[in-house]
Amino acid sequence: MQFMLLFSRQGKLRLQKWYVPLSDKEKKKITRELVQTVLARKPKMCSFLEWRDLKIVYKRYASLYFCCAIEDQDNELITLEIIHRYVELLDKYFGSVCELDIIFNFEKAYFILDEFLLGGEAQETSKKNVLKAIEQADLLQESQTEDWGGLANDEIL
Amino acid sequence: MSNSFPVLCIVILVMDTIRRDLEGRVPWTLLYVNNVKLPFTTQEELQRQPVSVFLYEYMLGKSKEAEIKRINKELANIRSKFKGDKALDGYSKKKYVCKLLFIFLLGHDIDFGHMEAVNLLSSNKYTEKQIGYLFISVLVNSNSDLIRLINNAIKNDLSSRNPTFMNLALHCIANVGSREMAEAFAAEVPRILVAGDTMDSVKQSAALCLLRLNRTSPDLIPMGEWTSRVVHLLNDQHLGVVTAATSLIITLAQKNPDDFKTSVSLAVARLSRIVTSASTDLQDYTYYFVAAPWLSVKLLRLLQCYPPPEDAAIRGRLTECLETILNKAQEPPKSKKVQHSNAKNAVLFEAISLIIHHDSEPTLLVRACNQLGQFLQHRETNLRYLALESMCMLASSEFSHEAVKTHIETVINALKTERDVSVRQRAVDLLYAMCDRSNAKQIVAEMLSYLETADYSIREEIVLKVAILAEKYAVDYTWYVDTILNLIRIAGDYVSEEVWYRVIQIVINRDDVQGYAAKTVFEALQAPACHENLVKVGGYILGEFGNLIAGDPRSSPLIQFNLLHSKFHLCSVPTRALLLSAYVKFINLFPEVKGTIQEVLRADSQLRNADVELQQRAVEYLRLSCIASTDILATVLEEMPPFPERESSILAKLKKKKGSGTVSDMEDSRKERSTNVNGSNDHIVANTNVKVTTSPSSDLLGLGHTQAAALNSASPPVTSNAASLLVDVFTESLPVVPPTSIIEENFSRFVCKNNGVLYENQLLQIGLKSEFRQNLVIGLSGVFPGVSVQSCFYVTAASIVSLMAHSQLNIHTTPADPVVDGGAQLQQVFNIECLLDFVEAPVLSVHFRYGGSMQNISIRLPITLNKFFQPTEMTSQEFFQRWKQLGAPQQEVQKIFKAKHSMDTEVTKAKIIGFGTALLDGVDPNPSNFVGAGVIHTKTIQVGCLLRLEPNTQAQASCSMYRLTLRTSRDTVSQRLCDLLSDQF
Repeated sequence: MQFMLLFSRQGKLRLQKWYVPLSDKEKKKITRELVQTVLARKPKMCSFLEWRDLKIVYKRYASLYFCCAIEDQDNELITLEIIHRYVELLDKYFGSVCELDIIFNFEKAYFILDEFLLGGEAQETSKKNVLKAIEQADLLQESQTEDWGGLANDEIL
Repeated sequence: MSNSFPVLCIVILVMDTIRRDLEGRVPWTLLYVNNVKLPFTTQEELQRQPVSVFLYEYMLGKSKEAEIKRINKELANIRSKFKGDKALDGYSKKKYVCKLLFIFLLGHDIDFGHMEAVNLLSSNKYTEKQIGYLFISVLVNSNSDLIRLINNAIKNDLSSRNPTFMNLALHCIANVGSREMAEAFAAEVPRILVAGDTMDSVKQSAALCLLRLNRTSPDLIPMGEWTSRVVHLLNDQHLGVVTAATSLIITLAQKNPDDFKTSVSLAVARLSRIVTSASTDLQDYTYYFVAAPWLSVKLLRLLQCYPPPEDAAIRGRLTECLETILNKAQEPPKSKKVQHSNAKNAVLFEAISLIIHHDSEPTLLVRACNQLGQFLQHRETNLRYLALESMCMLASSEFSHEAVKTHIETVINALKTERDVSVRQRAVDLLYAMCDRSNAKQIVAEMLSYLETADYSIREEIVLKVAILAEKYAVDYTWYVDTILNLIRIAGDYVSEEVWYRVIQIVINRDDVQGYAAKTVFEALQAPACHENLVKVGGYILGEFGNLIAGDPRSSPLIQFNLLHSKFHLCSVPTRALLLSAYVKFINLFPEVKGTIQEVLRADSQLRNADVELQQRAVEYLRLSCIASTDILATVLEEMPPFPERESSILAKLKKKKGSGTVSDMEDSRKERSTNVNGSNDHIVANTNVKVTTSPSSDLLGLGHTQAAALNSASPPVTSNAASLLVDVFTESLPVVPPTSIIEENFSRFVCKNNGVLYENQLLQIGLKSEFRQNLVIGLSGVFPGVSVQSCFYVTAASIVSLMAHSQLNIHTTPADPVVDGGAQLQQVFNIECLLDFVEAPVLSVHFRYGGSMQNISIRLPITLNKFFQPTEMTSQEFFQRWKQLGAPQQEVQKIFKAKHSMDTEVTKAKIIGFGTALLDGVDPNPSNFVGAGVIHTKTIQVGCLLRLEPNTQAQASCSMYRLTLRTSRDTVSQRLCDLLSDQF
């Protein structure tokens, strides 16, 4: 996978993850073009399209579009399910996830994505394992925030 | 504000739950508020809040300016906090870094805060570290000065033995993936990956981290002892580890297939265990009743890096797996959810890819084809799309080609009824792939009729495909001509130059179709409104073959002329120029219309046309028709000779459009054909092109356009053409790219020759013209590579031509026009001064961007010592006097060699003159010997050179010998000249 974009029906980018090195300018250009292309498509159209020399796999969940760019040899259907599994992870973590969750807690959305996908490839496809990792991190966070304001926290962990 | 993270609140205009419909919910507006803790945690609570709770003035949707103002204020605030005297505590730092990140993700530029983020990396607090890493992953570019600090922090975390910290560090490396990181961690990451005590989750991160580094900096990843241990991760108990490792192995195996061969048997074993497992066996790795779909897809993908396994047992086991997967596709679904069928079919499609890749099991191929045939009519658009796509691949296999063809009606139907253009596009691709002699007429007809209503975005491609199929499967060429004319009629705007060039090439090369072509274009031109491309084809063909239909009173010469001329005023300049050439050809074909045509040429609108090209043509053609005798006219305006067969430029263009794959098999058969037909013609091609590309201005008709070729008796029109090539010439500030391999193939042809085509491939043609001017201009001038690009659309960016520095040559580059318009050429002049005699010739590098990648071509430029010759005439007496003066043993170099070509006195003479010396007649007592004399001019010395070439005609024709003697005042010069010249005969 070369990149993943999440954007709203209004074309607002909500999350971007790039697995290939690109300049900010290129990223913006790609985002603009792709958001336009995808938003212009009608509901019943197929979820795949050719775009430049890449294949775009996208799916709409309520007001959010999830959009992945994969290479020629990559499998479209499994990418579609990568998107779905990511949505499930978000849903499980936030409990009925909505666009606002992703905006408010963008860092969580990124952390969950990193646990699931790394370098553009599926790292851990088990829902339990991904959530376990995130929850552990949250536990660390909780215990630390209680310490906050206290002395230097050398005793973490 | 204690533990609630969102210290930032944001404006959203419309919000609704994901996976739930918007309907029934009130869209509410949130505001961009700083440091306001949201008083609610659930949506329901939020929904209950009146909008007025928030500050209206910051509403995003209302004013973009307000948003920017708000953000600038916030940025100023953060900046002052970072700069303030008071050291910020970790929590505040985290808060502000997080705000910056948020602002960046909103689409604003952030140019500070990096240092604070780096500081966070070394925090002991997990959340601070986490935000630091996120900021770095998103915002730090590789050339940052901070990279060393970042790497230090990462190093500490990697050695912390705390799996959570290690994962954060590994994620950061994988996300940034810069070269600096690769340098720093290329050794460490593999070690973590294969260490026995590494936690599973860390192993997973390490595997994919290594994959990313290997993609960005493959040269930095050392292969070693760890590679075999990586392969064994395929046996790992933890499926997550296997999943991550498989991706890594795929990437590595693509590069070093031999090192990872053992992965094949392990992958087959693993796959077999997965496909035969019950759906509950794999617990959480089962996805909607499909066992480990991601891992299965990856394993099947890994197997596509290798040919079918040789070991019969492994091969059998793999075949069983593939059969099981195909069988499962026929089972009733275990769930109605689309996720179930998607996951199942993802594995199925990947299995079919593997079957196609192996292309060795006819039964599997046919089964795959039947399965895809079912999908062609599936109600899921996605499946129809993928079935069409995969079937394209099956069509190229000999085992399944026939099976694919049985679905032709379904595919044609898809073309007509699919609502989604991307699906129709796939249908076109498949029709193209399944086309052969038996169904060509049907497919071409369907494509033509689809073209009438096709989406604009894919018309050009369809036009190319129709043109190629019509040519490839034409049994009778009248059908071909009809098809192309139909193409122009239906989609004239999308018919590129390549297409109409090609039809002309074919008509000219085939006698049997010329009369028919003339008649057909004549009829097509009768239409009141016809496309300009038709006028071009019509003008060209009638100009060449109008005589074949002139017998019919309905198409008498005058009627033909009037018909063409009636279109003249509606056409663009290039077409008018072509028509003028057609007119002058008419003068030769039909003397009876000479007066009428001269009249037209003589009109003010032609002779004084504002366009220089049209004016020049009118003037020259008029003069030509007035002063030249019939014989001369007949010679100058003779019918075009057949074009040398070469790869169809249309095919080349389509390949560019489509990458590879679908056209590859056609390409192969084309290649065979073109080599059969022409082998021997190559030489002519090279010679004649010179006229078109290297001296455009001196050519009668200029422009190097087709029209020029019409008069220029042997230049194929397709070689030079409109190209939208942007060519930049930055010779000064050029990064020296090391030449990968230097092309020398044409080098020796230029030793005795100054002009010609130096290099030619599908993308460009480089012509060369060199001239040695008098003594003082020491060197060569006018070496100009004329870069013309055939398939124009995909050459987009800069092209750079440069000459590498040379120790004995002083190379001065005249700046050339940095931008070259379509159709024009790049001309680059180098003035070269020779400092001292030399052997090694300079290297010309050409860089340009083509289809997204930089192309580098390095060519040995035929600048040889003899280019610096000035010929010297002398008498027999003078010659032998100097010959004796140069009698020292080291001054003479002699070589006896076998003739490579047959001995032809005139050719030999031309070669000696071309070599640069004067050819001295009547000097040698033996009339069959050749002698020459000249002076090599270098900056430091001038070297007088005498040469004598003695053919041994007595010897048998099969082994004619030459003896070549060179005497010069400098031994190295004698040697070099002898080497150069002896190679030429």
